[in-house]
Amino acid sequence: MSTPLVELPRTSRVNYLNVSYGIRSWLFTTDHKRIALLYLASVTLFFFLGGFFAVLIRLELMTPQGDLVQSETYNRLFTMHGVIMIFFFLIPAIPAVLGNFLVPLMIGARDLAFPRLNLLSWYIYTLGGLFTLAATVFGGVDTGWTFYTPYSSTYSNSNVMLTAVGIFITGFSSILTGLNFLVTIHKMRAPGMTWFRLPLFIWAHYATSIIMILGTPVVAIAILLVGLERLFHIGIFDPKLGGDPLLFQHLFWFYSHPAVYIMILPAMGVINELITCFSRRRIFGYSFIAFSSIAIAVLGFLVWGHHMFTSGQSIYAGMVFSVLTMLVAIPSAVKVFNWTATLYKGSVSYQAPMLYALGFIGLFTIGGLTGIFLATLAVDVHVHDTYFVVAHFHYIMVGGTIMAYLGGLHYWWPKMTGKIYPEGWARFAALVIFVGFNLTFFPQFILGYLGMPRRYHVYPEEFQVLNVMSSAGASILGVGYLIPMIYFIWSLRYGPKAPENPWGAKGLEWLVPSPPPPHNFDVTPVVTGEPYDYTPESEEAHAR
Amino acid sequence: MRAEMASGASSATSVELGRSPLAHHFDDLEQQFEASTLGMWVFLITEVMFFGGLFASYAVYRSLYPEGFAVASRRLDYLLGAFNTAVLICSSLTMALAVRSAQLGQSRALRLFLAVTMALGLVFLGVKVVEYSHKIHEHLVPGPSFRFEGPHARAAQLFFSLYFAMTGLHALHMVVGIGILAVLWILAWRGRFSPQYYTPVEVAGLYWHFVDIVWIYLFPLLYLISRT
Amino acid sequence: MWENFPLLPKRASSFAPEVDALYGFLVGVSLFFIALIFLLITVFAIKYRRRSEAEVPPPVRGSLALEITWIVIPLGIVLVVFGWGAVLYFKMYGPAPKEALEVYVVGKQWMWHIQHPTGQREINELHVPAGRPIKLTMATEDVIHSFYIPDFRVKKDVVPGRYTTLWFEATQPGRYRFFCAEYCGTKHSEMGGWVIVMDPVEYQNWLGSGGASAPTESLAQAGERLFQQLACHTCHREDTQELGPSLRGLFGRSVRLADGRTVVADEAYLRESILNPDAKIVAGFSSPSVMPTYQGQITEEQLLQLVAYLKSLGGEQR
Repeated sequence: MSTPLVELPRTSRVNYLNVSYGIRSWLFTTDHKRIALLYLASVTLFFFLGGFFAVLIRLELMTPQGDLVQSETYNRLFTMHGVIMIFFFLIPAIPAVLGNFLVPLMIGARDLAFPRLNLLSWYIYTLGGLFTLAATVFGGVDTGWTFYTPYSSTYSNSNVMLTAVGIFITGFSSILTGLNFLVTIHKMRAPGMTWFRLPLFIWAHYATSIIMILGTPVVAIAILLVGLERLFHIGIFDPKLGGDPLLFQHLFWFYSHPAVYIMILPAMGVINELITCFSRRRIFGYSFIAFSSIAIAVLGFLVWGHHMFTSGQSIYAGMVFSVLTMLVAIPSAVKVFNWTATLYKGSVSYQAPMLYALGFIGLFTIGGLTGIFLATLAVDVHVHDTYFVVAHFHYIMVGGTIMAYLGGLHYWWPKMTGKIYPEGWARFAALVIFVGFNLTFFPQFILGYLGMPRRYHVYPEEFQVLNVMSSAGASILGVGYLIPMIYFIWSLRYGPKAPENPWGAKGLEWLVPSPPPPHNFDVTPVVTGEPYDYTPESEEAHAR
Repeated sequence: MRAEMASGASSATSVELGRSPLAHHFDDLEQQFEASTLGMWVFLITEVMFFGGLFASYAVYRSLYPEGFAVASRRLDYLLGAFNTAVLICSSLTMALAVRSAQLGQSRALRLFLAVTMALGLVFLGVKVVEYSHKIHEHLVPGPSFRFEGPHARAAQLFFSLYFAMTGLHALHMVVGIGILAVLWILAWRGRFSPQYYTPVEVAGLYWHFVDIVWIYLFPLLYLISRT
Repeated sequence: MWENFPLLPKRASSFAPEVDALYGFLVGVSLFFIALIFLLITVFAIKYRRRSEAEVPPPVRGSLALEITWIVIPLGIVLVVFGWGAVLYFKMYGPAPKEALEVYVVGKQWMWHIQHPTGQREINELHVPAGRPIKLTMATEDVIHSFYIPDFRVKKDVVPGRYTTLWFEATQPGRYRFFCAEYCGTKHSEMGGWVIVMDPVEYQNWLGSGGASAPTESLAQAGERLFQQLACHTCHREDTQELGPSLRGLFGRSVRLADGRTVVADEAYLRESILNPDAKIVAGFSSPSVMPTYQGQITEEQLLQLVAYLKSLGGEQR
């Protein structure tokens, strides 16, 4: 990355990109901003790999017969798609890229609390990724990303061990990131940066860190037990040896349901920043949004059993999990209503990041509401393990998390790289992604209620029309994801120089040059006001 | 958000600190100490959750097979277990004394207590090795070679699976702990610690006490359930 | 047009209209909120669009009244939905009606074996009469499967090591697909078949002659034969209770155990006692039990035959 040291005095200064050169200066960096870029490169790689598997899945499902790939291959495709997208893209995407870059900048710190741990977490992630890639190269794994026992522990003869080791290792990268954020947010805030002056992006990452710290070890141990069972056949999950196959589901979902919130909470954090900046508004109901993040993180640990309504667990347990799941809907709804209210009487502009944010609100609303369908016991009996579930979680994870991730990437791209991307193309891409997404996943709600089970390689003919629609949408969506990839790379070389604060946004990260200097702040900033304060001084004083 | 660029914030440009224990991104040693301590506490929480998954599995299977677990537990040598418990409690004491010595800047005492703590840790691991070799000898290692007479063989295999998983994971933590103490000993020998800066000792102490506490739970759950 | 492009599957069981009603309510509520949010966003985004770069909107902090409103109203709605869903769930997953016809289902990679009490056996087909509750008792030889009939809106996982049950009442004669809904390996997507609902008269004919294989013995008779073959009768005798308890009239009764507890002798208890005789020993018999374990010795199907035989020996049900 060669940023020429010329022209304006503003940019001639040393920044974190040009402070040193060479591969070693990147591989041994402890600068949170450089580590964020390392993560950006890795998660992008995994995103396109996972996306490639998705393309093959959708191609196969164009016809009811299994004519493109064998059933064994198909099972490996959807498993690798799930494993890679969840553990190697969605979980690290926003925290490890945007969070890593922005948490210190937003709170006025020179780095995260433990910079070497931060670099270590990237290496751990990479090592876990290599194991998973090795599993892919040696033929993949066919258990579904959920690794349900006893199929995964006894019956599957694919690369379960390699993949499990990969996920186990990567879990520690997540733990270290969460730990680093938590300590940084507690101990490294600039003078005057009180808890209620924190940007909501920080609150969201704080809540996410709690989940990473409490949940990840449990799934690590569950996967470790699957590994032990496979190696020694000791009977922890095999009923023939006295084990209980449902124990795995409990341990797995105890983490993996909160993991969904690891994916969506940081996304919500991004949306707060975008909505306020592009409507020039203080956020509506700051404390309600902040505490709803914490509420989601806490409630998220109490609802894992809603994945098991049809598993034969006690119907009373089902009842408790159902009502607790319903409660998660409330903090989510609070956020959506507050974002909408923030627009009211604002000054709304439609730059690309805002288009993603508005798209997020719409898609997340649909995804969240269909979550209530699944939390409803009697309806879940019918739609559990059908395409309805597939559509629901893609609305949350793709419609929610990826929209927010792309929105955030556009918003902070000038800050991260010092370059401006082409706005027209960016708006066009946002539109293509929105249309392609809905065309891909909306038909799957109908398919699900009609009864098409998920993870099906061949399916009855009556489901074909909707599947073809979905595949057609996926091709549009795929193109939509390629466009930003192209113009982002283009902008690195040919993009105009970005000013310090291209959006007229508030927040400490916009007070430093783009790209920021190696140690972020030459002098420690002192915070004297609330976040998102878009009112001019005089009116502000008047309003108080 | 409005912010003023205040001048005079302490050690803002912290490049030329050389060998100073203060890392460049902290304002002062106190902040660094608090951050490190909090970091270790948070890490210990993840450890609790990590062992928690195993304790939960243990709870499920013990409630399913109470008698089988009791019978299998009798095959453990509770005297060795009790001895090891005593060893670990002593090591916690010496660790606490090491931290105190570091706070007072008594480098010789610090090195002495660190060495004693490591020695006690090694004694613990040695006893563990003896116990494991007995189990291997008696075919109590789960898997194809597992032999257990009587009606509770399946439950016993589950018990020993959890026994090895839990004590093995605990022993791994002991090994890591001894490694950390060895590094601290070298740093102490080079005179890196002072009453102003003893954060690594404090943090390692927290870790060591945690590993002890895990054993305090493991001992009754694994060794004593049949002896109530 | 909706003939070729349906939004709902057929409604062929007594549960189907009830689940659809709840689903319809949820769709209605969702459409309302989606329309509300989309409308508000569109209106605000257009009405309050930025007109000049220097524009600064007036400050607003928030409103406690509004926050409480949009907490309380959604909370009320989700609690109603929860209650409605829970009541229906209890009906679907609660005990089957007493008069239900029992059918036994065994899943294995990758097919479904179905046994009728009268001895008919089918693979990937299930014949049932309309207008009568059917209770499926399900087991699996290997991994977790899930028995799913979309047109009936019912589904239940089939978990190794235990019995799960499912009941429904088909209302319309016809052919309906069933699927395996829990991923179970290579040919998961081919592990399905047809439920054939017949009117009761036709069903009687099918039982008499039309069955896939005309049975020579009922399920209980097959179980009795197995009982002799495995020499269970040498210990479980009627005249003396020296070695093993008598099994006559056992099913559905409560049994006192050696450790003082009492359990009801249901399918799960019988299953456990055959596979792991030491698990629950009847009061008055030696521990450990003299009975060998049959874990791995008999298939799930044979186990179901034995259970059917023990049930036929009397007890509370029939």
